[in-house]
This record gives sequence, structure tokens and C-alpha cells, in this order.
Amino acid sequence: MNAARTEILRRIDAAISRSAPVEIPRTYRGPSGEGRGSAAVVDLMQDRLVDYKAVVHRVEPAQVRAVIAAALADAGVERAVVPAGFPTEWLPSGPAWVQDDPALTAAELDDLDGVLTTCRIAVAETGTIVLDAGQGQGRRALSLVPDYHLVVVLADQIVASVPDAVAELDPTRPLTWISGPSATSDIELQRVEGVHGPRRLVVLLVTG
Amino acid sequence: MTTDLGMPAFAPRGVGHLRGDQSFPEAAREALGNKQLRSNLGRATATIRTKRAAVVAEVPDWADLRTAGAAIKDAVLADLGAQLLRLEKQVTAHGGHVHWARDANEANRIVTDLVRATGQTDVVKVKSMATQEIGLNEALAEAGIAAWETDLAELIVQLADDRPSHILVPAIHRNRTEIRDIFLREMGRAGVPAPAGLTDEPRELAEAARLHLRAKFLSAQVAISGANFAVAETGTLAVVESEGNGRMCLTLPKTLITVMGIEKLLPTWRDLEVFLQLLPRSSTGERMNPYTSMWTGVTPGDGPQEFHLVLLDNGRTATLADPDGRAALRCIRCSACLNVCPVYERTGGHAYGSVYPGPIGAVLSPQLTGVKDNPSLPFASSLCGACYDVCPVAIDIPTMLVHLRAEAVASKGMKAERAAMGGVSSLMRHPRLYGAALRMGRLGRILGRRRGVIRRLPWPMSAWTRARDLPLPPTETFRDWWVRTHGSP
Repeated sequence: MNAARTEILRRIDAAISRSAPVEIPRTYRGPSGEGRGSAAVVDLMQDRLVDYKAVVHRVEPAQVRAVIAAALADAGVERAVVPAGFPTEWLPSGPAWVQDDPALTAAELDDLDGVLTTCRIAVAETGTIVLDAGQGQGRRALSLVPDYHLVVVLADQIVASVPDAVAELDPTRPLTWISGPSATSDIELQRVEGVHGPRRLVVLLVTG
Repeated sequence: MTTDLGMPAFAPRGVGHLRGDQSFPEAAREALGNKQLRSNLGRATATIRTKRAAVVAEVPDWADLRTAGAAIKDAVLADLGAQLLRLEKQVTAHGGHVHWARDANEANRIVTDLVRATGQTDVVKVKSMATQEIGLNEALAEAGIAAWETDLAELIVQLADDRPSHILVPAIHRNRTEIRDIFLREMGRAGVPAPAGLTDEPRELAEAARLHLRAKFLSAQVAISGANFAVAETGTLAVVESEGNGRMCLTLPKTLITVMGIEKLLPTWRDLEVFLQLLPRSSTGERMNPYTSMWTGVTPGDGPQEFHLVLLDNGRTATLADPDGRAALRCIRCSACLNVCPVYERTGGHAYGSVYPGPIGAVLSPQLTGVKDNPSLPFASSLCGACYDVCPVAIDIPTMLVHLRAEAVASKGMKAERAAMGGVSSLMRHPRLYGAALRMGRLGRILGRRRGVIRRLPWPMSAWTRARDLPLPPTETFRDWWVRTHGSP
């Protein structure tokens, strides 16, 4: 194995021995932080999410609990996993809340109706929600196996662009970028929402 | 240890899928006769071209992103050895294991041994060009290990015992009815059968795939993936996908093995800000693909607890050695060039004989194998340049094709063509002879008098018409017309 390493490095050296270093012109729009959490950015986020066929609710902080209750009732979600750190004041009475402690097996997760999470950051231009397995988000499997994912996004977590998000994320954490429900275009390039990941993505955009 | 100093190390013969059984013109002739294929392809490529154009147009700094994307990749290639060592160090520091594979055989052996060490005989796979390139599934099968493809299109291809025909949409050559028939016929043999009464509605077909694969995901102990990007600075790997099969494979199993070409590197974390804009818009024509997963080594309590990264050469260093060809290694496998190519749109992917079809395949496959083993591919293009225009990392494919054509001619001799060119050049030095020769050309009208085009020229010019129709020569040559209408030449 070390022989392979030595040999590949030798081949590379031989191939590029006279290559000059390359300048990278970063004239594109880089991270600016502009517009973060503004009404325009929240509007754009909503527009993009709807385009992906996610269900979007724009709510005031005081309404979160009631809107979650209505959304879950509407979807028939009776048992959902709630990651550690998800604000308990947002949890309505009614559904059974399951903790991931001790860690649920994949089969146990598959038996649940849904999952509720917060997020790390969101990107308006692309309608993307990023989870980094932090507080309120749980390990990656939680937001993957259940067929229904409700995610609460606070307005000041929404940045304008992809560069804004990359600048803020910690690469050593496991990251999941979510842009709409799972989808495929493998059959005649016709988009179908809902394959292996959650088929229903419900997003609460909390403003004010 | 054997060292082959001075000899470029091409992808070896007898393993993997970089070489076809037929030359491109022969394979293309068959494909062109398949009306179903042509209509599937025509519809699919037109759809995706429109989508791509719309989402690219809404990015005001697209040209700047493209320039930066090309430069970032060039920076990686100019410093590849050091960048790979940085990546290795970071992945190892975060609990992963890094393996180096000189070629397909070595990579297959490494992965087979790693799977065997887990005691498992089934693995789930995320769609990966690198593992197709090296024929990993076949190598695992020989070792008694079943590799289950989980991307919908790859599943269709695998169930039908077919070959992929597009980088992004490998089953683009199949329409919905064909797919339904494949599911009904084959799913039961591979696990959970398709529901009885399955229709050809894409939504139902996707649902059948979900049910079929669910059991496999939930019980999988080992997954094999490729990678879209690897960040040298941080050791972070990224997989970009749509269906969630990637997330399933990257999250649920205990062991994850990732096979990645050595050119997939990005120097810094920041560079992802460029490529996460370029790739989805170029590839599926979306602002962002539904899911992107990023991981750095192993995270305790979250996802696979054992992670192996296999770095694959298999002809990449040979490609790197050619200053006029190495830009092909910038490729991020978006497949935008396939969708705009008038040749690909008509022949489909199989005619290229390699897992890398279309314009990028025509420059990449011959470089990975050595031009001698793929001499017809650099000619599988009209040099119209559409591929260069849409390439998100600005690979000048047309210029590279011409460069590789010269190599193909040099490697094969192509004696007849050279003799013909020599003949023409001496004719053109003698105006009177040249004029007479042109007038002779009118005789060619006899050959095409029935169809209005010439299908076959007599030997030795038959080599030219093997892959082309020739228009009828006009009744009057240009020179004769000039003399008739303008007087002297």
C-alpha cells in the first residue's frame, strides 16, 4: 500500500514538475452577510422552498406551537422524534414525542411518523436548509429515516447566498444541505418529489 | 516494487469500463437505427438544456464563478501531490483511513479486502462514476459480495443488466414503460418485488424503488460511495444527490468506503462556495440539488464509525502529464456537455464504449486509457464548441479533441488518410491538374443518383464514407462557374 502511495506521488511529480502556481481570481460575489434575516431574504427563501414543493408556513414566534400542532394533525403525524435541544415550548400536546436517548435503531426510526428539527443556517437564493447535527437537530439519521420532516427556521438564520453559508459553517461537523423534499428526475427527466429521504418537508419560517 | 519510469501509467486493460468492444462509428451506426432511443434522448436532453439555461441565466456572476472554478481546479492539479498529502493527513486526523490505488485492479482489491474484513456479503452503493470506471461491482461479485446500486437510474440499469448511458441520468435511454417492465420482471429476484399492477407513472415507479430499497438501507452494514469533492485543507468529503439514497448509504451503515479519483480535490473549504453553485445548476438545472452530505472522518455517535477513503489514479497521472490534455481533469461530472452535444443527442452514451460518454468522455477516456486504446473517440464530435460554452470549469474540449486527433493519427499511422492528404497537397500545387481533378468529382453524381447523397465511395475513399454521407458534387465546379461568369480565373 505504501508502494502505491510512493508510486502515485512519483508519477504526479514527474507529470507536473514544471507547473507554475495558479492564481484564483475571486471576482464573483463572495460572502457579504448582506440582507441576513431581512424581509426580502425571507421572501426569497419562501419562494424557493415552494418551488421545490416544500410546505411553507410564515409565522410569528408566538404562533410556532400552534402551527406545529396544526401541521402535524394535518399530516397525521402521531409519533415523532424530537432531538435534544429542540425548544420544548414549541411542542404541542397530543403527539407522542420520542427521544433519541438511548439512540434509536434505523428500524425504530422507520416506525415513527416524523421528525422535528431546528437548523444551523439557511440559504435564500437556493432555498437550502443546512443541518450540522447541533442542538435541536440531532444526528443525521433522525432527519433522514422518518418520512415527514418539519424544520423550524428563524429569520436571522437565513443568509442570502451560498458563500455566506459556507463562511459560517464548521466543516468538522457532519453537514446535511437540504433543498426541498427528496426527489428524482431519473425517469424521462420528469421530477418526482419523494424517494428515499422524507417525502414531505414542512418549513416554518419564524419572523419578528 | 516495479517502477515504470518514463512510461505513462494508463488505466489497465481487461478491467473496468473505459473501452468499448466497437469503434465509435460502428457503435453509433447501431444506436442511430434505434428510434426509441433517439426519441427518449431527444426529449430528455432538450428538457434539461432548457432548465439549465434558465437557472444559469439568473446568476449574475456566472462567468466569474466559472473562471474561479477553472482556476481552483488548475491550482489543485499544479500542486496535486502536496494537496493529496494534506487531505490524507486531515482524514487520518479525524479517524478515517486513507488507501492509495495505482489502478483499477488495485482499487478493486483494496475495497474487496475491506468488505471481507467486515464479514458482510452485501453492500449498498451510492452512484459513483469512479466505481463504474474500475468495474468494482464485477470485482465484488467475483469475491461473492453483492453490491446493490441505490440510485434510481443505477437500479434500473442494474436490474436490466444494462450499461449506463449518461453520467447524471444513467437510464436516460429507457422510457417509463420500459422501466415498469424491468421493475415487474426483475425486482422480485433482487429482493422486495414491485407491487402488482404497477403502472408506468413516474411517481409509482419511484415509490416501487423506495419500497424495494428500504429493507436494504435499514439492514446495510457496509456502504460504498464516490465523492464529488474532497477538501484538502479540512479533510471534508462531499456527496451531492437528489433522492436521499446517498444520505442513507452515508449515514446508516457501520462502515463507509469511498472511492475517489485523485483529481476530485479542492484546496480549501472556501472553494465549495464556488462549486456548490456551479455543479447543481450545470448538472440537473436546479438552483440546488435536494441533498448534499459533507463529512470529515468519523463523528462519534453519528454515521459510520469506520471510514475508508481510496484514492484512485487509474490513468489520471498519465492525463496530468500532458499539458494540452490535463484540463480534462478539471471535470466535475456535471454532464452539461452531454446534454448540449449534437452527437451525443443522436447516438446516446453506449456508443462511446466508456462510462464517460459525450464530449468530456471523448477527451477523458482516451487519455485515461492512452489514445491507442480509444482512437476513434477524439473523432466523435463535430467540433461545434457547444460543450466548451456550457462547461462550468471551462474545459476547452474542442481544442483538446483536435490535439488528441493528432495523437490518434500519430499512434495509428492512419496511412490511407495521410496518403490522401499528401496527394491533395501535390494536386493543389498544380492549378491545371487541380481543376481537372475537381471536374472529375462531378462523376461522383452517379454514385448518389438514387438517394441524393453518396452513402459509399469506392475504395480507398470508402474509409471516409464509413461514418458519413457525402453530399452530391454540384454539376459545375466553383472554378468553372467563376470562369463562366467573371472571365479569366
